[in-house]
Amino acid sequence: MNALTLPTRRDESWRYSDLQSVERVWADLDPAQTLHVPANSHERLRVDALPESGILRYDVTVEANARFDLHCLLMDRDYGRVEIAVKLGDGAHFELGGAILAKGSQVLEIVTDVEHVEPNGTSNQTVRSVLADKSTGSFLGKIGVARDAQRTDAAQSVKSMLLDRGATANAVPQLEIFADDVKCAHGATVGELDRQALFYMATRGLPPEVARGLMLQAFIADAFIGIDDDAAREALEGKARDVLENLR
Amino acid sequence: MLNIENLHASIGDTEILKGLSLQINAGEIHAIMGPNGAGKSTLGYVLGGRPGYEATEGSATFDGQDLLDMDPHERAAAGLFLGFQYPVEIPGVSNVQFLREAVNAQRTARGEATLSGGEFLKAAREKAALLKMDMDMMKRAVNVGFSGGEKKRNEMVQMGLIDPKLAILDETDSGLDIDALRTVGAGINTIMRKPDKAVLLITHYQRLLELVEPDFVHVLANGRIVKTGGPELALQLENEGYEAIAEVA
Repeated sequence: MNALTLPTRRDESWRYSDLQSVERVWADLDPAQTLHVPANSHERLRVDALPESGILRYDVTVEANARFDLHCLLMDRDYGRVEIAVKLGDGAHFELGGAILAKGSQVLEIVTDVEHVEPNGTSNQTVRSVLADKSTGSFLGKIGVARDAQRTDAAQSVKSMLLDRGATANAVPQLEIFADDVKCAHGATVGELDRQALFYMATRGLPPEVARGLMLQAFIADAFIGIDDDAAREALEGKARDVLENLR
Repeated sequence: MLNIENLHASIGDTEILKGLSLQINAGEIHAIMGPNGAGKSTLGYVLGGRPGYEATEGSATFDGQDLLDMDPHERAAAGLFLGFQYPVEIPGVSNVQFLREAVNAQRTARGEATLSGGEFLKAAREKAALLKMDMDMMKRAVNVGFSGGEKKRNEMVQMGLIDPKLAILDETDSGLDIDALRTVGAGINTIMRKPDKAVLLITHYQRLLELVEPDFVHVLANGRIVKTGGPELALQLENEGYEAIAEVA
């Protein structure tokens, strides 16, 4: 049972959500899963399918010099959301690699809230979205750096590829920095497939659908590049490839 | 092999080719020279089928097929290769993967058996060695971070692997140092100088033509071929400039 009140558009982190879908599942929604990564350890979480409700929420604490990796592939849901709040201890690292593949009128989103509470923490977030038809793909990424969290190094890279004119990409970085010795890099782009490259590939004999597939797979691969287990990475890439083939 | 008659082509509302005719037979190497803006690159793009380059009049047939009616990838499978003046970078797609997919797509389109990974790598090693290109570069993303000369060399490696009937090479010599030019010239001769193949070299300069000697040299000016001759015409152009020649015509 979810005791919290139903979110509205006024809630920053639900601004682009499909609130009708949220309302349908809200009452029965499981609370955020709490994860605790002990000092000096390395935990990995990979999400390649969303639950029936479409919504996954995590609340993660990463202790000193520990590391937490989340890699997620969002697809196949009318509404899907992966939401994660992370608190980073001294020298801790958070790695996010997220891919969103949406078509039709699907609304898929990744929402992160990374709190650098202690000094020397690092975080790296990479999100790649391929959006077809009238779908919406959103990334809302909040990074907080506490007053004591000196020498924080946080990075966000968000790129979206629109395959059709009706598709929408939202990328919202939000930085709240209270320390002064901090690096926070964030970059966001929204684009289309490079026509020059598509023509170049065609002149080498690649049919348009194959050329598009190669380019989109390469684009999405950025999100999974950090997975250290080859088999797991290939499995995620394979799942993405199957969906990409059916996006158009 | 290639028969172009009275070809007119436009980009948007601007007519670039204004009645170009050219016939290339198997076993021949042709060079097209001409001043900037004459329509040389446009000719290559129209024959390659680049979107936005529209043939408005005339015809181009390739081995009896209507070239202008085919999609770019179909033209490639039919045996046409277009070497780019500015080869395009494709981030994240490795040269080896790209070329293997391309070669096998062409073979499939022609009803031939596809190459296995091993067969393809063997061929790739051979062509890379011919063009003096490091195999490490074959594993890198297509043209990403390559120098101008490396990109041109990569075009020739691609040509060697694809093994086309007709290669249209758009300023393949630009951006090459003397050694690279020699390597590329030798590559063109080895890969393409065969009785059943033909080449159309688009170039500004005489120096590539010393290495790959053309059977015919054409001067393209203002969207039309204004003069045709043998290799001596290229020398004359180099000495006298385009203006004098184009005016005579």
